[in-house]
Amino acid sequence: MFNIAKYDEAGSLDEALAFLSGHPAAKVIAGGTDVLIKMQNGKMGEAELFSIRGLAELTGIKRTADGAIFLGPLTTFAQIAGDPLLQKAIPVLIQAAVSMGGPQIRNIATIGGNICNGAVSADSAPTLLALNAELRLQSAGGERKVPLREFYLGPGKVDLRPGELLIGIIVRPQDYLGYHGHYIKFAMRKAMDIATLGVSVLCRVEAGGVLSGVRIALGVAAPTPVRCPEAEAFAEGKTGSDETLEEIGKLAVRSAKARTSWRASKEYREHLVAELVPRALKEAMRTAGGEEHV
Amino acid sequence: MAYNTVGQREIRVDAVAKVTGKAKYTADFRERDMLVGKILRSPYAHAWVRQIHSEQARALPGVEAVLTYADVPHLKFSTAGHPYSLDPGHRDKEDRLILTDKARFVGDAVAAVVAESELIAEKALQLIEVEYEPLEVLTSPEAAMREDAPLIHEAKRNILSTFGYEFGDLDQAFAEADRIFEGEYQTSVVQHCQLENQIATAQVDENGRIVITTSTQIPHIVRRIVAQALGIPWGKVRVLKPCIGGGFGNKQDVCVEPLAAAMTLAVGGRPVRLELSREECMIDTRTRHAIKYRIKTGVKRDGKITGIRIEAISNTGAYASHGHSIASSGGGKFRYLYQVDALKYEPVTVYTNLPVAGAMRGYGTPQIFYAFECHMEDIARGLGLDPIALHKMNFVETGFVDPIGKNKVLSCGIRECVDKGREMIKWDQKKKLYKNQSGDKRRGLGMACFSYQSGTHPVNLEIAGARIVLNQDGSVQLQVGATEIGQGSDTVFGQMAAEVLGLPLAMVHVISTQDTDVSPFDTGAYASRQTYISGMAVKKAAEEVKAKILDFVWGMTDTPAGMLDLKGQNVVYKHSGEVLMPLAEVALQTYYDPVFAHPITSDTSSNARVNAMSYGVTFAEVEVDLKTGKVEVLEIYNVHDSGRIINPQLAEGQVHGGVSMGIGYALSEQLLYDEKTGRVLNNNLLDYKLPTIMDTPEIGAAFVELDDPTGPFGVKSLGEPPAITPAPAIRNAVLDATGVAFNRLPMNPQRVFEKLRESGIVG
Repeated sequence: MFNIAKYDEAGSLDEALAFLSGHPAAKVIAGGTDVLIKMQNGKMGEAELFSIRGLAELTGIKRTADGAIFLGPLTTFAQIAGDPLLQKAIPVLIQAAVSMGGPQIRNIATIGGNICNGAVSADSAPTLLALNAELRLQSAGGERKVPLREFYLGPGKVDLRPGELLIGIIVRPQDYLGYHGHYIKFAMRKAMDIATLGVSVLCRVEAGGVLSGVRIALGVAAPTPVRCPEAEAFAEGKTGSDETLEEIGKLAVRSAKARTSWRASKEYREHLVAELVPRALKEAMRTAGGEEHV
Repeated sequence: MAYNTVGQREIRVDAVAKVTGKAKYTADFRERDMLVGKILRSPYAHAWVRQIHSEQARALPGVEAVLTYADVPHLKFSTAGHPYSLDPGHRDKEDRLILTDKARFVGDAVAAVVAESELIAEKALQLIEVEYEPLEVLTSPEAAMREDAPLIHEAKRNILSTFGYEFGDLDQAFAEADRIFEGEYQTSVVQHCQLENQIATAQVDENGRIVITTSTQIPHIVRRIVAQALGIPWGKVRVLKPCIGGGFGNKQDVCVEPLAAAMTLAVGGRPVRLELSREECMIDTRTRHAIKYRIKTGVKRDGKITGIRIEAISNTGAYASHGHSIASSGGGKFRYLYQVDALKYEPVTVYTNLPVAGAMRGYGTPQIFYAFECHMEDIARGLGLDPIALHKMNFVETGFVDPIGKNKVLSCGIRECVDKGREMIKWDQKKKLYKNQSGDKRRGLGMACFSYQSGTHPVNLEIAGARIVLNQDGSVQLQVGATEIGQGSDTVFGQMAAEVLGLPLAMVHVISTQDTDVSPFDTGAYASRQTYISGMAVKKAAEEVKAKILDFVWGMTDTPAGMLDLKGQNVVYKHSGEVLMPLAEVALQTYYDPVFAHPITSDTSSNARVNAMSYGVTFAEVEVDLKTGKVEVLEIYNVHDSGRIINPQLAEGQVHGGVSMGIGYALSEQLLYDEKTGRVLNNNLLDYKLPTIMDTPEIGAAFVELDDPTGPFGVKSLGEPPAITPAPAIRNAVLDATGVAFNRLPMNPQRVFEKLRESGIVG
């Protein structure tokens, strides 16, 4: 049962920011697929909900003048999955989006909510981390920019200050142009599931099959989504032979801080990192062979 | 024999109502000012309830009543949905109270609130303070069977039942064998996950009777058990069963109705709705028994089995429910598959402090056939035989007589099933193809067989009722006591009545709601009994109406009834098919003839003292990712001998549903619990890995249609059987692919990977 004490809706972004500065206890709700579950499970007490769902200015995907991709935080996973611009520019983000939930959830869940909820299993997180995504956060007091990598503070904890709203997710041109990516969601089911491990990789493949700019990000391998700097550094300038890929996989495990739970053991998760990072890279290299990129 | 509607892919009679959202389920029945009931559950798996402080909760505005052990009758009752027995020794174990003074699992109901809204009820629950005296928690049968283990119930030991059987000379059988095979196999706790959670509404009507609307498979049994739990005459309770969103055995048990009745009594008879959430449903309804088996089998060199010993330890959880009969029933159905001279079955069913295990699709057979069909594969490999050859060497034949129950098999199509499945999956070609594989992904084939009964005779009474009324326009109402729970029984009953009466299905109006005040007596939907057992009553009722119609026509036309028949909504001459008159004309006469008016009805009951054995096989092909442990089912076929199929589309639907349930059982589903505290860890559909449609391959369903002489139109059971053998067939396919035998369910990726690594298949 939803213990909702109060429910307000924002009419505009300015109105929303003003409201939040006066109501620090209000809980922002967008799609509701995380908030309502927490309420139903009794993980939140009586809640004052503040809905930002109606804010059209926070929805949509566009390319800005500088070539960056701008994702409005209220963009749903279904919108991401069907977006023609992303299909050409960052198809790996679409892979991540369609792996999330089922059609009903994707129709309502937003990418901003997925990030702000802070879950280590967020399906969009590894890919956005690999893309060096930057977050624009605004409050009545002003705006700041935070790289996604610094936004995650701990399990379920993000650097979102009271009164602040996520208003944009930005992927700079140098972080996606010429890159090829692949996302593997390893879960017990092919839909409607939480990842046992999420692996997102991006890379450029230079002449002679030489790897450059390799980025590897993992979900559910540590208390927060993480990048794998050692593995990335090792991969730089190497050709993607089976031996190299295996080594990259092993190095990626060093960035994982998996723990044993009843969902999966630490050993198994680490094994999956070592196994799936090379698989994802191999797949990214394969697509680099054919696809045209903008 | 050629039929008109029997055997046709008729559209379900409730299809349009259900897909347009017009069909009414329990939650759709709302009364003005209906109150809401909620349950306070024990956080301890084993504890005395010493004190309950409910003053604050009672004082909360909007709270109408708080109930505890002190407020309900102290009459122990059984929740199992079996027919009542006149023999006190054959009755179900009575170990349950509406609210308990001793918690026996985490989630046991210790108090309840009735309030104006769900939210107020939830808040009130939080205001109730309970003083518990925790006791040692027993989650494993081994711990519960210890001599010094604390007793969960008032009994000498924590053992609920040890009912097995033995025939033949097992020592001699083992001595005669060329080889002895031994194995241990273990199944897990799973849950039905039917779409609609348990829900009931209760109120006291203007005549002082308790009226309960509930999502149940067994309305007539609910009536009895509610009355027993409250200590009131059975006739004081009226139970209505509207459309229900699935049961799979979970609603062959009385889970919420006695408490709902107690709630309405606590608020002066006002209507109360008691609805479980999914999270509650997964801990406090029923589960499938986890059973451990030790099997020893003697075989001749050529594969002929000389004797079998099966020991089983079944974990029944905190209350008996169906626990005392499930291990026994599984063992009973097993006897009909293989012809052996000596067989000993020794099950022990043990109480523990876990959620209550009860009836679930297959009723003990998915467990025993998992164990034995894994064992058969192990034997085949040990002897260097193809498993098909080993199976065929040992199958029973038509005419087999069960040495214990003396029931005779009058139709047995298991050989035809196996032959058909072998063709469908291309067994011989693929077996050759997959002989020498390398690489990280390996494929394999497996098969597994089962035998099953149609109903429960002679263990239980098999009574069923049907009533037919002929309308003025020549259509009929068909009313049955058996319950449509999604399996399609209303449609096949309609087809049966239509067949006998020469009507199109659209002229048979099947009344889907059961009302114990009005509906004929039938014990309900379980044991795959409806088409076979309740079908007998429907056929009998239709034949009675037909005889009355033809008699009436005799009176109208002076043509002897014996020369007449009903075909295509007409009365016809039997010998020529020539139309004598439209049925509608006769029907109108039966109502309004000035002299002979006598509307035609039948009201019949059928007590079936027969039981037909059904058979079948699963063939599965899998691909195993050695490096991640993931198993993918590539192809799966179930071939059934269920006698004649009344509606192929519905029959295929049963197979699709059962096989998908079996795939979940094999690969992903398991209700996990903390072994120390007994707390369930994954009682929600995110963490409990029920497969989605994306995880389910195309399922091949086929039938070998042999008429059984005892079944109406030659039918045998089909409801439960499809779920029995997918798990062992998949396990055998994984063994075929990897060379590694998994003797424990489920075969989820981590478990498969760990075992493959342990076996040295991967580094």
